[in-house]
Amino acid sequence: MYRVKQLSVFLENRKGSLAAATQLLGASGLNLLALSIAETDNFGIARLIVSDTQDGLSRLRASGYTVRTTDVLVACVPDRPNGLTEILRILEKEDISVEYLYSFVRNSGFNALIIFRVSETERAMEVLKKNGIEMLTQEQVDAL
Amino acid sequence: MNKIWNPQIECMDREEIIKLQNERLRNVVKLEYDRVPLYRERMDKKGIKPEDIRTIDDLKYLPFTEKTDLRDTFPYGLFAADKKDIVRIQGSSGTTGKPIVSGYTQNDIDVWTEMMARTLTAGNADENSIVQVCYGYGLFTGGLGAHQGASKIGAMTIPMSSGNTQRQLMMMQEMGTTHLCCTPSYALYLGESIREMGIDRNSLKLRCGFFGAEPWSEEMRRQIEELLGVDALDIYGLTEIAGPGVSFECLEKNGMHVNEDHVIPEIIDPATEMPLPYGEKGELVFTTITKTGMPMLRYRTHDICRLHDEKCACGRTLVRMERLMGRTDDMLVIRGVNVFPSQIESVLVGVHGVAPHYMLIVDRQKATDSLEIQVEVTDEMFSDSIGGLDLIKKEIGEKIKSVVGIKAQITLVAPHTIPRSEGKAKRIIDKRKL
Repeated sequence: MYRVKQLSVFLENRKGSLAAATQLLGASGLNLLALSIAETDNFGIARLIVSDTQDGLSRLRASGYTVRTTDVLVACVPDRPNGLTEILRILEKEDISVEYLYSFVRNSGFNALIIFRVSETERAMEVLKKNGIEMLTQEQVDAL
Repeated sequence: MNKIWNPQIECMDREEIIKLQNERLRNVVKLEYDRVPLYRERMDKKGIKPEDIRTIDDLKYLPFTEKTDLRDTFPYGLFAADKKDIVRIQGSSGTTGKPIVSGYTQNDIDVWTEMMARTLTAGNADENSIVQVCYGYGLFTGGLGAHQGASKIGAMTIPMSSGNTQRQLMMMQEMGTTHLCCTPSYALYLGESIREMGIDRNSLKLRCGFFGAEPWSEEMRRQIEELLGVDALDIYGLTEIAGPGVSFECLEKNGMHVNEDHVIPEIIDPATEMPLPYGEKGELVFTTITKTGMPMLRYRTHDICRLHDEKCACGRTLVRMERLMGRTDDMLVIRGVNVFPSQIESVLVGVHGVAPHYMLIVDRQKATDSLEIQVEVTDEMFSDSIGGLDLIKKEIGEKIKSVVGIKAQITLVAPHTIPRSEGKAKRIIDKRKL
């Protein structure tokens, strides 16, 4: 129930390619809630959480982008020293690896919102919940 | 002074050469008809019997051979000799995944060796020379071809093979190399490396180089001669016919002498397939007349050039080939390796999720050719992970290396960014200035 949809977009590593994609989303009235970019020499993958995933997906696809949705978890991380470490230790103990993580643009109260892409989403969800880590649902993300 | 290895042949009267060719042509046509089903079928289809071919003027009645014939009959289909008489296989990449091979009898090796002996002698190499061979050794004919010729003339031969420029230059300096065999672009690279490393050109003993396996230009000749302090001679050859030495330049640098006692060159109009007279530009076609392992009737090289039959100032009477002026097909020569876009395509379609849209970008920087293959990213191959895309890049790169034989840089580009054209797609951007 805590699976949140993220958009992954293939981008060539050249001037203006990210702007072109974000402009397209902006023009469609979609808000960017979170964004990170992984890059190599000649290409990158932009990972985005937008206010309407389905709409974002179809608009990007219609404009010829290679794009897909990926399940991620959004956890509330206490805004204090070692807040993130606690979560990472829980996952480590369960042998779940973190492929990447990035954070939301805005905070929620005293918590930072961190997006996790992990090797086993379902199990990560369970263990985090069991350890009392607060996570957001898709509906909560959409309402941000 | 201009040395000639075999003046009896190389300076023979034209009439005598043609007489020799007529006789040898009759023999090879009979051999092909008797031993190779493909040629028998094609001649039967044209209603030609071996005895109909009397002189080289009758060549035009014979069927052509294409590179695809070698691929389709791979591996042994075009062998005219028994396998027990074949002593060597050489090969190159074909137009698609399958390689092409040529089988040599001892006679064929001797013929090829003779051609290379003439080639090296035309650059004044002899038993006092030290010949450094930096063509690759292996299936590629460059290394072994040059090596055999150098051994034949009694030169001290250094079989360096390709690559490792530092070691090449060290040997060149320490051994006192006098003659160099490599691709013209590698010669240029060696020259530039010498300059960069601050080696005094005059401390080298280099006198002459034999540069082939890829097209080059007079401008490159000037640069190589300046950088290396050598006479830079052009040589031509192809696996299907023998290897390097099919034709060679002398120090007059006025076209490549074709070893006409072993091969008959023709120029044809590639559209009408009719023979053209000397001096006309067209496609070069070879018939081998002394090979016994895998002789070729009218092999279409798809190289465009002109032939001239005037006697050369060096005294040789053999017909001369001008520098190659291009191709009738889309073959590229990259770092001395023949590359067909169809080979690349056959690799790409075999990789899961890869779209058949690609662009080849060939460039030359610091005298080294580079090949970039742009491939569009599709939904099927796109996962959320960088590692996943890197794996696909790696897979494509490795397959290209194994099929085509050269390293390519794979670039993933956004979908629909490679131009679609109506009709024949433009798939090559060659930025090299030869």
